[in-house]
Amino acid sequence: MKKKIVQIDDLKREFIMGDETVRALQGISFDVEEGEFLTIMGSSGSGKTTLLNILGCLDKPSGGTYFLDGINVRLLNRNELSVIRNKKIGFIFQAYNLLPRTNALENVQLPLYYNAAVSARARKERAEKALQAVKLESRMYHYPNQLSGGQQQRVAIARALVNDPIVILADEATGNLDTRTSYEIMALLQELNHQGKTIIFVTHEQDIAAFSRRTIMLRDGQILKDVMNQQVRSAKDMLTAMPVTNEY
Amino acid sequence: MNTLNLLRIAFKALERNKVRAFLTMLGIIIGVGAVIAMIAIGQGSKKSIQDQLSNMGSNMITIRPNSNITAGARLDFSNVQTLTQQDVDALKKKARNLRYISPASSARGQAIFGNSNWPTTIQGVGGEYLAIRNWPLKEGVSFSASDLTTAAKVCMLGQTVVDNLFSNEQDPLGQVIRFNKIPFRVIGVLTQKGENAFGQDQDDIILTPYTTVQERITGSQYFQNIFASALDENSTNQASKEIAYVLRASHKLKSQDEDDFTVRTQAELIQTFSATSQLLTVLLAAIAAISLLVGGIGIMNIMYVSVTERTKEIGLRMSIGAMGRDILLQFLVESILISVTGGIIGIGLGMFSSWLVNALLKWPTLVAPSSVWLSFLVCVATGVFFGYYPAQKASRLDPIEALRYE
Repeated sequence: MKKKIVQIDDLKREFIMGDETVRALQGISFDVEEGEFLTIMGSSGSGKTTLLNILGCLDKPSGGTYFLDGINVRLLNRNELSVIRNKKIGFIFQAYNLLPRTNALENVQLPLYYNAAVSARARKERAEKALQAVKLESRMYHYPNQLSGGQQQRVAIARALVNDPIVILADEATGNLDTRTSYEIMALLQELNHQGKTIIFVTHEQDIAAFSRRTIMLRDGQILKDVMNQQVRSAKDMLTAMPVTNEY
Repeated sequence: MNTLNLLRIAFKALERNKVRAFLTMLGIIIGVGAVIAMIAIGQGSKKSIQDQLSNMGSNMITIRPNSNITAGARLDFSNVQTLTQQDVDALKKKARNLRYISPASSARGQAIFGNSNWPTTIQGVGGEYLAIRNWPLKEGVSFSASDLTTAAKVCMLGQTVVDNLFSNEQDPLGQVIRFNKIPFRVIGVLTQKGENAFGQDQDDIILTPYTTVQERITGSQYFQNIFASALDENSTNQASKEIAYVLRASHKLKSQDEDDFTVRTQAELIQTFSATSQLLTVLLAAIAAISLLVGGIGIMNIMYVSVTERTKEIGLRMSIGAMGRDILLQFLVESILISVTGGIIGIGLGMFSSWLVNALLKWPTLVAPSSVWLSFLVCVATGVFFGYYPAQKASRLDPIEALRYE
């Protein structure tokens, strides 16, 4: 049996807004095994952002349990959460969130600066390897404003890979990209998944979810359905099938 | 996070905003430069006064009659007549800490030679006066003991008097000048001493035996001053006490009476004038310190702007594992880097401008190492003090909020 990376049981998160209590998550339970490619879907207000924040150890649940790699996240303090994020999680954001006027190599090294165990030389080597993994080794010294959107997102993926996390969390990672570039990114993520990386992808786009093996649908803070995709589409095949010159 | 990484991160962040970092630094550069230059000017004038005063003979002691009340009227000390030949004799006999002693009595008047004339001061002194003042003769001789007893009409001229009475090719030695219609034979010319610390021309003087001035010009038995020199610098205080003791006995003062004379040592004079220029230094430094404060506020302002502008960056850093402390230290190190770099440049600028002031305006300047160290430490403190609150604000941001910030 495969190792369970995420174990969530009856997870609740409530926000107090003045007199009102907003129940963003109302008792959610699911597990994620090593090597899974999971998409979390839902319309806005369904609680998927709240769930992502908790999964990413940016926020703590107000009820239920969340074990990440066997660690009970609810018991950790602010600094311990930082360490967990640094060592076990790789984030990919919709807006890439690269540091401006900082080259790709420096951007990718960033998480390792906060890990005192990594030497300067190891930091650079690992960043170069991560950039190779996203096929950007020729763009290492380019600044974000010299890269296309897709390339910037690949730098961000390299940054998420550099600390060798046990899970990669993507938040609408294709939201700012056109269809073709979205497929490129999905093809890259599928490839990483084949190499054994666990990926949790939050999106509201149905066709993006089709690239994952499992989909969890959220509505009003509860799981609507948790299904395995019978037919996982290959983003790489989709790309080759696409006409080279499209609508322009 | 280790210190090296911290410095790298802060340095890279500043590198991304070079112009802004430099402009922020400029406040500190100007502030520190001003502090260094102002203190250098203050210290320089203090040192120059000290040098000139000790040049006058650091073991010199001046005795003056005290301002006194006669028949209810408070008299100017130069009119007060308490110092006599008796006092001089008593000091010569009893004061063992004195090496030289010379009474002095002076008068203003017109010196005339040929068709030139010049208003100057004639100073009647004893034979040891030149030794007390540490004032050698350029040419000729000083007057003899018999000149003193006979109130001889001989004189030594200061350089200013020579320049105004004689043309270049004339040798003053042996010539006869007239002072207030009395003829004096020139037996010596004094070396040039220049202006004293108070801007008076010390060379505008004619020296003659004090007996001559007393008997032929003022007709007074009293002295305006008695100059003396202690055995060495260390014994000046001892000597000054001794003088007071001898003079009180000589003037037959009762124990409850105040001194009717004042004894001033050169050391006291130096202290008095040092205090004045110390005040000047403090004043200048205070003005400069205000500009340093303004520079510090500039740093704080920019750091606040920077924290707001880089909220998203802070969110990102936190999401990939930066602790609040890491963020705090990053911003703190950034502000210290700005203030310290600015401080070092400012120290250089201050040294350069004090050199410039010295070279162009001929003002004496002195860059004291203590002022350099002090400004450097103030810079570090400024960086920490004004950088702390913005840094703390940054470190307390909620990563979720910060990531979502646009």
